[in-house]
Amino acid sequence: MESNSNPDTPSYEVHRSETGDIRIELKGKYDVRTAPAMRRRLAASLGAPNGGRVVIDLSQVSHLDDFGALLLSDLRQRVEAGGLSFSLDRVPETVGQILSLVHFDDETVCRPLPRKERPNAVVRFGQTVLRHAFNTRYMVSFLGSALLALFSVMVRPRRLRWGDTLIQMEKTGVDALPIVGLIGFLLGLVMAFTSALQLEQFGANIYVASLVALAMVSELGPIMTAIVVAGRSGSAFAAEIGTMRISEEIDALFVMGFHPTLFLAVPRIVACILVVPLLTLFADLFAIAGGLVVGVFMLDLTPHSYIGQTMKTLTLFEVNWGLLKSVVFAALVSWVGCLRGFQARGGAASVGNAATSAVVTAIFLIILFDSVFAVIRSYW
Amino acid sequence: MSAEAIIEVDDLVARYGDATILEHVDFSVRRGEIFVIIGASGCGKSTLMRHMIGLDRPWSGTVKIEGVDIHSSGPQFRVALQKIGVLFQNSALFGSMTLAENVALPIAEYSRLPAGLVDQLVRMKLCMVELSGFEAHLPSEISGGMKKRAALARAMALNPEILFLDEPTSGLDPVISAEIDHLIRHINESLGTTMVIVTHDLGSILNIADRAIMLDKGRRGIIAEGDPRQLRENPGHEDVRRFFHREARSESLPR
Repeated sequence: MESNSNPDTPSYEVHRSETGDIRIELKGKYDVRTAPAMRRRLAASLGAPNGGRVVIDLSQVSHLDDFGALLLSDLRQRVEAGGLSFSLDRVPETVGQILSLVHFDDETVCRPLPRKERPNAVVRFGQTVLRHAFNTRYMVSFLGSALLALFSVMVRPRRLRWGDTLIQMEKTGVDALPIVGLIGFLLGLVMAFTSALQLEQFGANIYVASLVALAMVSELGPIMTAIVVAGRSGSAFAAEIGTMRISEEIDALFVMGFHPTLFLAVPRIVACILVVPLLTLFADLFAIAGGLVVGVFMLDLTPHSYIGQTMKTLTLFEVNWGLLKSVVFAALVSWVGCLRGFQARGGAASVGNAATSAVVTAIFLIILFDSVFAVIRSYW
Repeated sequence: MSAEAIIEVDDLVARYGDATILEHVDFSVRRGEIFVIIGASGCGKSTLMRHMIGLDRPWSGTVKIEGVDIHSSGPQFRVALQKIGVLFQNSALFGSMTLAENVALPIAEYSRLPAGLVDQLVRMKLCMVELSGFEAHLPSEISGGMKKRAALARAMALNPEILFLDEPTSGLDPVISAEIDHLIRHINESLGTTMVIVTHDLGSILNIADRAIMLDKGRRGIIAEGDPRQLRENPGHEDVRRFFHREARSESLPR
């Protein structure tokens, strides 16, 4: 038995009759703050009733909310699980309102909530195949749409939104200069350090300049720059266009008669194609500068001999080959960024997924196409 | 301030950068009432609500909930937050969770109930807003009115003493709006929850509000306060009269 003089303090009294019937008088306030603790205490004092009925007298309850209703529901389940009958007695009108609001008499309320079921392996395999098939179809369709839009811009350059293109050139190119320059410089430094350890043994220090220049201009410069652009701008394209997609801005463009690919994707693709080769050249120069620092301060080369060896090694073909790669990588990075943005559906999570997927797919395509370039070069 | 006040807004000044949105706003909300903040677009209604729920910090002045400053730091702030629930204008349901998971989130975190009872309570909450049977649906699979009701169930998850509702009937048809109004009134009467509502919906204001304040953009503050039905009959101010009689300003009409 529990009782208290304050009318709002929750308490209860348990009366047991000789026939085994139990009458519980609830008193006070049963709400979000008091009901969970009272539920445990009531369950403990009720124990395991044997036979008879359990009647809950609510006449002295001053307030009861849905947490209080939950206490009664839990009590009912315990009593009925023991094969006894459960009933409420002298229910105040306000309490009755709450009980009807939460559908207290509806047995479905007591059922556990449905859990998400993970489909079996066969279904998941089928779903994955279908997802990839639809993804591929959309990729092909978007590739066609982007190529047509680019072609229309080449035929009529005035169709290009030059204002947006310049803004994208600034964001993708100018804003990336510090990070691309720093990474290029450090890469040149590391390559020169690593190669110097070996070449120094043969007195071939001067070939450090050749190695840094050749590796950077024809291979690492385009790849490294494209990966930085994929991380900075490709993900931004996907997030920006994805947000526009889920907030119906792209639908608004469409119904106003604009071609969404021409309006949103083409300025970004053109901007990337124009600035990424310049960024690559910038990275190449900084890498050569990094190599020069190692050559001059560690290998006792003169700046003149280092630069002379670099110029002797590099041919116009190597430089053009690197620039051609960077143009292709730029087109891939920007195309994938826009594609993933257009594919976003649903809510905020899909925008995050689009940005992640844009970077991962872009890096995969960069490496894939670099391999293709290597194969072409070997048969040149 | 009234002795029965549950919220006290004292000399509140709200500024964003150089722009002053509200100046010297003073009012109180009484326990258990349905209090409505009305006014023209851009007059600072949502700004006032954001300051009242602690999302934005006032330039000067205070907002107290049961005597505790909502902008104070430390444990007091957490206590004050536990007394409020908020229904955002666009519902703000988590898109990756089912309706049941959305409602269960605060209950499982703060109530320390066993999982089976959390399930029961979630079903009860969804019954209260008449969404029984939609437990496993995602927000993207239900209508705007249902989203509002689900968000209301989530806002009420821990039975807060005060519910803030930002445009609860915006974008809904008149029938669904009336249903939401009925639900708000029903919850207020059954649970005694104090309601603070920001709305433009004249029907809602006249149907459910006990008291209202009207904000004015030009004056950056309150121009009317009282029972909305009395304000409609005795506006006392030209802008209040226009609002309640749906009249356009003559200077804004095409000539």
